[in-house]
Amino acid sequence: MTAPLTRPKRKDPLKKTRQPLYPQSVRSRTAQGLTAAAAQGRFELQCCSDCKEIFYPPRDACPKCLSPRVPFVPVDNRGTVLAETTIRTSTDPYFRERTPWRAGLTKLDAGPVVLSHLHGDVQEGARVRLDLKLDKGGAPVLIALPEKDTPNMADDPQLREMTCDPKFRRVLITDGRTAVGQAMAKAFSEAGATIVFVGIADPWKPFPGEDALRKIDKVEIVPLDVTDSESCTEQAEQNGGRIDIVVNTAEHVRPGGVLQRHGLTVAREEMDVRYFGLMRLAQAFGPAMRSRGADGVNSAAAFVNLLSVHALMNWPAYGAYSAAEAACLSAAQCLRAELRPGGVKVVNVFFGPLETEWFQTVPSPKVAPSALAKAVVQALQRGVEDVFVGDIAEDIRARLAVNPKALEREIAG
Amino acid sequence: MAARLAYDGVVACVPVTVPYRRYSVNSAHWWIGRALHELTLGAGIEPRDIDGLIVSSFTVGPDTAVGLTQHFGLTPRWLDHVPMGGASGVIGLRRAARAVQAGDAQFVACVAGDTNHVDSFRKTLTSFSRFAQDAVYPYGSGGANASFALITKNYMNLYGATREDFGKLCVAQRDNALAIPFAMMKKKLTLDDYKSARAISDPLHLFDCVMPCAGAEAFLVCREDTAKSLGLPAVRILSTIERHNAFPDDPIQYRGGWALDVDELWQMAGVKPADVDLLQTYDDYPVIVTMQFEDLGFCKKGEGPDFIRSHTFTTDGTFPHNTSGGQLSAGQAGAAGGYLGITEAMRQLAGTPIGKPVKDARLAAVSGFGMINYDRGLSSGAAVLARA
Repeated sequence: MTAPLTRPKRKDPLKKTRQPLYPQSVRSRTAQGLTAAAAQGRFELQCCSDCKEIFYPPRDACPKCLSPRVPFVPVDNRGTVLAETTIRTSTDPYFRERTPWRAGLTKLDAGPVVLSHLHGDVQEGARVRLDLKLDKGGAPVLIALPEKDTPNMADDPQLREMTCDPKFRRVLITDGRTAVGQAMAKAFSEAGATIVFVGIADPWKPFPGEDALRKIDKVEIVPLDVTDSESCTEQAEQNGGRIDIVVNTAEHVRPGGVLQRHGLTVAREEMDVRYFGLMRLAQAFGPAMRSRGADGVNSAAAFVNLLSVHALMNWPAYGAYSAAEAACLSAAQCLRAELRPGGVKVVNVFFGPLETEWFQTVPSPKVAPSALAKAVVQALQRGVEDVFVGDIAEDIRARLAVNPKALEREIAG
Repeated sequence: MAARLAYDGVVACVPVTVPYRRYSVNSAHWWIGRALHELTLGAGIEPRDIDGLIVSSFTVGPDTAVGLTQHFGLTPRWLDHVPMGGASGVIGLRRAARAVQAGDAQFVACVAGDTNHVDSFRKTLTSFSRFAQDAVYPYGSGGANASFALITKNYMNLYGATREDFGKLCVAQRDNALAIPFAMMKKKLTLDDYKSARAISDPLHLFDCVMPCAGAEAFLVCREDTAKSLGLPAVRILSTIERHNAFPDDPIQYRGGWALDVDELWQMAGVKPADVDLLQTYDDYPVIVTMQFEDLGFCKKGEGPDFIRSHTFTTDGTFPHNTSGGQLSAGQAGAAGGYLGITEAMRQLAGTPIGKPVKDARLAAVSGFGMINYDRGLSSGAAVLARA
C-alpha cells in the first residue's frame, strides 16, 4: 500500500534548490508514436495491419510478417509481471538521485513483453494495467499500475514523477473574475492544493461570484492583471518562487471574423489579453518554475493553457478570437520546449464553446466551467499534455485527424 | 541440409592479450594497434603480411574496420567488422577460418579492443541500440545489470538457483584470476564476501557484475602448414556454431541460441561434452554461465544449479572453467571480453597458460554471447578447439 504523502514543510530558504534533471529523452522517430499517445493519455502500441501481430519495442516493420504497415493503435493494457528488479546503481544522474528505482518485465495479454517502471503496489507475478506516461523530460514511458486502484496510489514516488498532481502543490489561477476562473479555484481546492492564488485585476472593482470565491478553502486573492507587464512581474516577485502550477484563465471572447470588424481595436485587445498575456505570464513565472522542477514534493509541475479548440481550426463566426487562440497555441508549443528541461509540463486544454455569456448565441453542446475545471485537474493528475474537453472539441479533433480540408469548409457553415 | 565443411588445415595461433587497465586515456585505436603490433611480433611476420583483418570494438567509432586499415597502414584483401560484443570472438574465428580455408586470405588478424574513458561506459549504454534507447535506458538506466537482474530473477524462480550457486562460480573464477597479472580483481574472494557485497540491481550484487575496463585481445588465423613453417604453436578448429535472436517467443530469456545448435556443435567436432578438458564460457553474469552449461549440453535444462553444486570450477577442479578468471575477475574490456575465452583456451591447449595450467588439456570448448538489444542477449556462438 502506498504511504500517503505528507504536506512538505516550509522550505529553508538557505538550502540549495535541487536542480532539475530528467531521464534520457532521445527516442527514435517511430517511438514518437508512443509520445503522441502518452500526450493524450491513450495506451497504444503498434499493431500490424496485415497479420494483426501486436509488438513492442517500436519497429519499422512487423516482426512476424515484415509488413511495413505498423500503426499505433489502442490495445489491451492488461498483463502479468514476469520479473522485477530494484535498481540501486544507475549511470544516469536523474535516476542516481532517485534510487532505489523499480522496473520489471510484464507479459501483456495482447502479446508483447514490456519493460516498464513499476508502481510501488505492484509485485512480481501480479496482474497489472500498463499505462503510458510522459516522464520528467516529456518522453514516453510505460509504468505498470496495480490491476485495481489502491489507496493513495497517486502518491507513489515513481508515479508522481510522471504526473502534475495538484495535491500539496501551490496553484495560481490567473483570472478569478471569470466563471472559469472561479470553477478552477474550487476544483484545485478540492484536489488538495496547498494554496490557490487567484489573480484579480483592479481588486477594488467588485465582480459576480466574489463572495463565493473568497469563501473557498485555500483561496488567496492576489492582484494580477495579465495585460500589465508590471503587475505580472510584481506578482511573480511576491509569490513566483512558490507557484507550482499556473492555470491561465484569462479570456477575451468576442464574436466576429475579419471583415465584420472595423479596425483592429478588438483584435488588439484579444491579442493583448490572450497572446501577450500568455507571454507576460510565462516571462514572469516561467524562469522560476523551470528552476524548481525537482524541488521536492511540491516541485513546479505545470503551466496550463486553456485554449479554444478553434486554435486548431478557425471558426469564422469567432474568427478573430480563433486567430488569437492559434497564436497562443503556437506560443505554448514554444513554451513547452523551453520548460521541458526543467521538468515542467505545458498542458494545453482544448475546449469547445463554453456555457458562458460570450457564447450566449451558440447552440449546445457547450462546456460548463465546472466541467472544464474538472478536466484540467484530471489532466494534471494523469500527467497528460493535450486534453480535449466537450463534444465539440472531441468532434473537431476527430475531424482534423480524418480530413482537415473538409473541416475547414464545413465549419464555415 | 548439407553437411558442413570441416575446418581442415586451418588453425588459430598467437594469442595476444594487451594487459587491461581500469581506465585509459588512450583511444580504442591505440589498444587495437598495440594488439596488432604484438600479433605481428609474436607471429614473426610483417604488418604488410596481414592480408585479412577482422575487428570488433564498441568504442572505435566513428571508424569501422575500413578506417582502421588506413590508420594502421594495412592493405588487406579481406576485411570484416563484427559488432557482436561478446559473440565477436567465436564469430570472428569462424569467419576468418573460412576465409583462410577458401584462400581469400593467408593471415587473418582477428582483433577486439576497447578503451574505457571515465565516461565512455555511460555513453556506450545510452546509445547501445535503438531498442535500448527507446525502451530500456529510460527505465532506471541500470544498464545491463538491470536487464540481467530480471533474467537472473526469472531463472532463480524457474529452476531454484540460489545466490550460493552463482557465488560458487564467481569465487572459483576469482581463484583462477589470482594467477593472472592483467586481471582487474586481484583480491581473493570468499563466498561470504560475495554474499555480503552491496546490491546493484536485485538480485544481482557487486560480484555478479563485470568491471568495465580498457584492453585488447587478438589472435591469428592461418593454414596449419603456415603456422608450422613459422614455428607457431596452434589450435585446430573442430567445429563452430553461431545464432542470432533465437527463441524470440520466450517471454524471458532462460536459454540462448546454443540450445538450437548444440547437436551440430558436437557432431561436427566428433566429440562429446564429457570429452572436453576445459570450458570457457561468456560470463557477463553467472546466470548466463549457468545457461551455457545447460545449452551446450554439459547438463540438462534446469539442471544448471545441480551441476554447479556437483563440480568445482577452478583450474585444478573437476570442471576447469574460465581459467583466466573470466570477465568477472579479469574485467570486461568491451568487445575484447568476447575474445578472452579464446585466447585463454589457445594458451591452455598450447601448454603456455599465463596462470595455472589445466592438466593435460587437449580439447576445449569456448562460447560467446552478446548484444542485449532489448530484453535479452541476441547473439550466441561456440567453438570446439583442439591441440594441434
